[in-house]
Order: sequence, then C-alpha cells, then structure tokens
Amino acid sequence: MDSVFFDTYIWPALIVTAHSLAIILALLVSLAFFMLADRKIWAAAQLRKGPTMVGPFGLLQSFADILKYLLKEVIIPTTANKPVFILAPFVTMFLALSGWAVIPVSEGWAVADINVGILYIFAISSLGVYGVIMGGWASNSKYPFLGALRSAAQMVSYEVSIGLVIITVLLCVGSLNLTDIVLAQETVWFAVPLFPMFVVFFISALAETNRPPFDLPEDESALVAGFMTEYSSTLYVVFMIGELANIVLMCAMCTILFLGGWLPPVDIAPFNWVPGVVWFILKMGLMFFMFAMTKVIVPRYRYDQLMRLGWKVFLPLSLGWVVLTAGFLQYFGMAS
Amino acid sequence: MHDLLDSYYPILIFMGLSAVITAALLLVPALVAPSNPDPEKNAPYECGFEAFDDARMKFDVKFYLVAILFIIFDLEVAFLFPWAVAFGDVGLFGFWSMMFFLAVLTVGFAYEWRKGALDWD
Repeated sequence: MDSVFFDTYIWPALIVTAHSLAIILALLVSLAFFMLADRKIWAAAQLRKGPTMVGPFGLLQSFADILKYLLKEVIIPTTANKPVFILAPFVTMFLALSGWAVIPVSEGWAVADINVGILYIFAISSLGVYGVIMGGWASNSKYPFLGALRSAAQMVSYEVSIGLVIITVLLCVGSLNLTDIVLAQETVWFAVPLFPMFVVFFISALAETNRPPFDLPEDESALVAGFMTEYSSTLYVVFMIGELANIVLMCAMCTILFLGGWLPPVDIAPFNWVPGVVWFILKMGLMFFMFAMTKVIVPRYRYDQLMRLGWKVFLPLSLGWVVLTAGFLQYFGMAS
Repeated sequence: MHDLLDSYYPILIFMGLSAVITAALLLVPALVAPSNPDPEKNAPYECGFEAFDDARMKFDVKFYLVAILFIIFDLEVAFLFPWAVAFGDVGLFGFWSMMFFLAVLTVGFAYEWRKGALDWD
C-alpha cells in the first residue's frame, strides 16, 4: 500500500521538483551572464571594454555584484508601508520566475506542458505590473509614485497590442499549447508570413519590460530611478533579477511565437544534428542581442510619443492584421 | 479531473519553488547585512530636501482613462482567444460574427480617437 502511494504520488512529485529546480537554477545562472552580455554589448558599442576585472574577461562580474548587494544595509524609508515595500520585489521576481514553468526549451522539456500555455504566460506577465505599482506606492515618496503611475499606464497600453499579436499567431496554429505553436512552424517560421507582427511584438516587449527606449518609469534624468528610487541592497537586487527574468522570458516568447522555438533553421544534415535546446538558446541570445542593441542605438521616447505609438499605431495595426489574417485563412481555406 | 490535476500540479510546484527561492534571497540581508538606522538615512528621497508633504498626491486623470481603455480592449482580446483557437471549427458564420463584433468596437475606438481620449497632451 505504502509503496503504491509512493510510486503514484510522491515519486512523480519529486521528479517534477528536481526538474523545476534545475530549470530555475539554470535560469538564474544564465541571467548573470545575460546581465554581463548586456553591459559588454553596451560597452562595445561605445568603444569601451566593459567589466574585465572579475574572472576571465569579467565573466564573474554579475556574481560579484550580487554578493556586494547582499552585504549592504537594507534601508526602508520611515514613511514607507513596510510589508508592501518588501512584497513588491518579491512579487516581481516570483512572477518572472513562475512564467518559466511552461516554456518548452526543447521538445517535451517544459515542466508543465499545459494546453493553455500561452494564456498562462499572458496572465503571469500581466500581473507583473503589480510589483511596480506596489513598489511605487509603498515607497511613499514622490519620484517612485510618479514612476509607478507612468509604468502602470505604459505596461497596460502595450499589453493590448501584445494580446492581439498573440491572437494572430493563434489563428495560424489553432492551439494554445506552446509545443503545438512551435511544431506549427516546421514549414516556415511565423516571423516570415507575420513579419509586421514580429516587429510589433518586439517593440511592445521592450515597452512591457521597461527597456530602453521605453524606460520612462526609471527615467533617471527626470525621475531619479522611478519606482525603484527608494530601493537599495537586496531588495533592489531582487527587483533587478525579476526585471531581467522578465526580459529573458520575453525573448523566449518571441522565439516560441515567431522564430520556431527549438526547430533548426533548415531541416537538413548538419543543422538537425544540433540538439533543440542549443537552437533555442541561440535564438534567445539573438533576441537579447537585439534588445541590447536597441538600448545602445535608440534615444529615449517622450511619454506622449510612447502613448501615441501604443494606442494610435500599434493597436489599429495589430487589430487590422488580426482581421487580415483571419480573412486570408478563411477565404483561402487554410483555417486550422 | 485527474488528467487536469496531472498537467497542472507541476505549475504549483514550480511556483512554490520560485516563491521559496525569492523569499530566501530576501531573508539573506537579515542574517549578513549591517543595520545602522539613522533618521536622515531613512527619510524618503527628495533631492536633499525634507519631504514637503504626503507623496500620495492627486494625479492626472489621464492615467485613469488609460486604465479604462485598457479594460475595454483587454476584454476584447479575451473574447478573441477562444475564437482564434476554434477558428477552423466556427466556419464562415463564426468569422463574420467576430468581424461584426470587431466593427462595433472599431466604431467606439474611432469615437475615442476623435474625442481626443488617446491624446496625451
């Protein structure tokens, strides 16, 4: 009796736990290198060398940074709402990590291959705005408050166009499962037929994760550091890890929706020998490189320009593209 | 029911683990970081001034307007999700029903645009 109970309930749960732990740890370690890559790319574009001192080529810089932050005093403003102030970075990082539960890094590698995968990611990334609002409100200081307001309005505006872009992809797939979405791209990646939507998704992802050129919530020349002004030491690090995990999650989403996930670019000899996970990471790296280059090249937007782009350009464009795609699939008999 | 549970409980475990790791990270400074509180250090930041008044002040109604607009359009997206998944099954009637729904929304959108609800200045 005991062993049956163990075999049916405990053992699978242990395997899932180990699997989850492996994914989370791999993610956290890779975040350190994504952070470094971001700084190195930025430095290279400005003809600097970037971090070089810690480890070979500065590879261990991010670990040194995190250790330094952990040893600093936690300063919580006396006027702040203490529980919410601490909860805000927790919510941000917790949600950013949770999103990874359904990402299929290679075929069958997702911790939970649920049939509403994309809906789950959409929901989790929508909740991300709460971390920012809570942080800004709980600080009870003027700059964080203004930063949180801006950030909430911005994230919410671009979420609509992200939603419509996802709908366009779903029309071509006919399933909410992330594995099905990837497998539907075996003939051609969706980045080709849906190229305008790929661009809209990329730019919306920048706005959604508060990356430059849309980093208005932490616009240092106007708002000091936006909603993070009052945060220091570990609380700040947790916020930063959450934001970075969100950015990398967006890169993974982009890879799954438009760049064929773990599929090789062409299904012939030398390419399909490479394991799927390598392709996935390469594509994610490419997306991250584009995120980093945008930060280098594009100057920051003004807030009214940002809102105009979201509501007056992306919303009609993506809505129109949904109608166009649906009409095309319907009348050329390709509806799936 | 059992199938449903089977595919969703890994998410619960994953979320639990991420919560534990995040919480552990937040607990570290309580063990290793110094603590020398000081009234000046713990005051809210306001460019070196003492804080004038409560920071939770009145704010522009436009932010509220954006939130309302968001609810309308996000609901629209929520309606589109099941339609997009079942697109192959709903046929021509389903297609034109959704087009009608979108047309009604577009009229509303055009009205908002003309009224200037989308202008930030």
